[in-house]
Amino acid sequence: MCDCAECEQLLQPYLDRVLTEAEVLEAEEHLDHCSYCRRAYRFEEELRMYVRRAASEPMPLELKQKLAQLRISL
Amino acid sequence: MSETTPETDARRIAREARDRVRFEEEALELADQVYRVARHMVKTREEAEDLVQETYARAFRSWQQFRPGTNLRAWLLRILTNLNIDRGRKLQRTPDSQSLEAGDYYLFERLEDAGGEITEEERVDERLSQDSIVEALSAVPHDFRDVIVLVDIGDFSYAEAAQILDIPVGTVMSRLHRGRRILKKQLAEEAVG
Ligand SMILES: [Zn+2]
Repeated sequence: MCDCAECEQLLQPYLDRVLTEAEVLEAEEHLDHCSYCRRAYRFEEELRMYVRRAASEPMPLELKQKLAQLRISL
Repeated sequence: MSETTPETDARRIAREARDRVRFEEEALELADQVYRVARHMVKTREEAEDLVQETYARAFRSWQQFRPGTNLRAWLLRILTNLNIDRGRKLQRTPDSQSLEAGDYYLFERLEDAGGEITEEERVDERLSQDSIVEALSAVPHDFRDVIVLVDIGDFSYAEAAQILDIPVGTVMSRLHRGRRILKKQLAEEAVG
């Protein structure tokens, strides 16, 4: 079982699902017993979704029209 | 040598015209996704719009270089990235990213220090504004930001990002890893100071 510092190291690869099975078990064993790391992991997961949402700006309508006008085939 | 008859020529031209229409339509359907990435590869909305227009102008001109059946979204982003570099982005200096980086729990710790425990039910937007995310993202050096924008915002795979940015997959992963840490450090500074 790893400690909090090791668990912190595993955070990104854990959420990216690139850890080996053994490493996943190691992280999860720690997370089962440590509410601090559990909250930190959950925060990271939420943050990723929030970043995606916050940074996704819809394309301006005029731009869409300008792009369509760039077509050569018409 | 087979002789080309006017008939087959006409057929070829018709087929090319059809292919071209289809290519343009498929490319335009991806415009939202292309814009979403472009928006954070440059500083302003105006720059992003210019860059997307240049990308489509070039894509429509050189459509025959695209191999049907391959990844059109990645192909368009490759053009966009190259145009962006041509616009002189390489003149930008990347600050020493070491000093920008902190551990993966850093933001979490700083937010808890400032505003109390972040419970398992709490929503992130109660602690961080949408504007602060956009601001912090723009402060991440572009080498790192490009990878975050492609993978975490644009939903490109590591392999696609590697192809678009012309760097090895391992570099994509390490830049993503460090880039997210830099982003969180920026967020911590903005949110907590
Ligand atoms: Zn722990």
